[in-house]
Amino acid sequence: MRRNYEMRRVLTKRIIACLDVDDGRVVKGVQFVNLRDAGDPPECAAAHARDGADEIVLLDITATSNKRNTMLDVVSRAARGLFIPFTVGGGIRELADAEAVFEAGADKIAINSAAVKDPTLIGKIAARFGSQAVVVAIDARRVNGGFEVFVAGGRTPTGRDALLWAQEAAACGAGEILLTSMDRDGTRSGFDCELVQKVADAVSIPVIASGGAGSAQDFIDVFRNGRADAALAASIFHFGIENIGQLKCALRAAHVPVRWPC
Amino acid sequence: MIAIVDYGAGNLNSVKKAFDYLGADVVVTAQPEVVAVADKIVLPGVGHFSALSGLDNTGLRDAVLGGVNAGKPFLGICLGMQWLFEGSDEAPEFAGAGILRGRCQPFPSLVKSPHVGWNSLTVRKQSPLLRGVAADSFVYYTHSFQAPVVAATTAASDYGTQFSAVVEQDKIFGVQFHPEKSSTVGLRILRNFCEAEL
Repeated sequence: MRRNYEMRRVLTKRIIACLDVDDGRVVKGVQFVNLRDAGDPPECAAAHARDGADEIVLLDITATSNKRNTMLDVVSRAARGLFIPFTVGGGIRELADAEAVFEAGADKIAINSAAVKDPTLIGKIAARFGSQAVVVAIDARRVNGGFEVFVAGGRTPTGRDALLWAQEAAACGAGEILLTSMDRDGTRSGFDCELVQKVADAVSIPVIASGGAGSAQDFIDVFRNGRADAALAASIFHFGIENIGQLKCALRAAHVPVRWPC
Repeated sequence: MIAIVDYGAGNLNSVKKAFDYLGADVVVTAQPEVVAVADKIVLPGVGHFSALSGLDNTGLRDAVLGGVNAGKPFLGICLGMQWLFEGSDEAPEFAGAGILRGRCQPFPSLVKSPHVGWNSLTVRKQSPLLRGVAADSFVYYTHSFQAPVVAATTAASDYGTQFSAVVEQDKIFGVQFHPEKSSTVGLRILRNFCEAEL
């Protein structure tokens, strides 16, 4: 009992629900039986928040760039009923894109390829909206004993080292790193704890682990061994974990501090 | 009418949205004359303490202090709470309002900074702003500097050190966390501010 009491007096580990959205619809679907429309991003975001998600990330994976207004409408509708942190990424190439997403109701933006192409973009957005609003997303893959950064949805290698890029992004004004292991993404074989731990030790800003979530034990491992500050999953409910509440109960039982009950 | 003071630092949409959700009569304004006629004043803020210099250059500082001195309910959020203190080591050349004693300081080096995420409140005394808020509720933080625990501190949080989470002195309120992002707990605190007596 005493240990549980003490565990409440610390910064908790965050569980972040991610919605991949294509042309206004959630595509890496989550089977909510209580939803009228499983593919509607605002409904999914609200359901995740009710279930105990600490944060919502919405990633626009729309292939064509001429559907930005659809996206901004989705962001606006999702933001209206959300009172937890809300991050939006995908297709943000310049300050004006970020401004439009903030104006629609996002609390943070996530940038990936555009930041690699022009790292000063990080500082430009941070100067206007604060570092806490700038998440730099890094897609990394194991290459020759190291971790290489890939861009353009993982299609293009950059030759850059993920640890060095994370440090540079932090120095440029990033508030958090969203770190996806491309090797583990979609495999449900667990987070890449070595990658996460190396990046978490290399920077002082929070690191969000992504890619590979398959069980509650995977989350326990990435918080304990990977020293992640937060962990993200795109379709957590498909992986045998019935809901975020159950996941958080499992984490508490393993003495990982989490926000629960919410 | 509640005035949310816009001094050019950051994104105020979320704060406005939360008050809208609660049905409050609220405006976001950069005009001192609008602040002057408001019933209540909200001073939000994110980022660097020097961002508060945006208050000085615009006449907003006098308008806000005028309201506070006239006894209007005031709520400072994050940097807006830190402004109530004498200053911050983050921008030593810039003075806070000095309503509360003490200065804001960085976190001890034994913890990572910034402090980002959900941490729990340790309620020290019951108060108007914390009415209906459970003693160990979770709230969402994102900040690099922290304000000391003082006589006005009604709730604290722990991160390497104990710091002020909520301060209350007469009708002057401040919260270091983001109530607009702290789910039902945060909405309750904002509702308590809306219902604070004039």
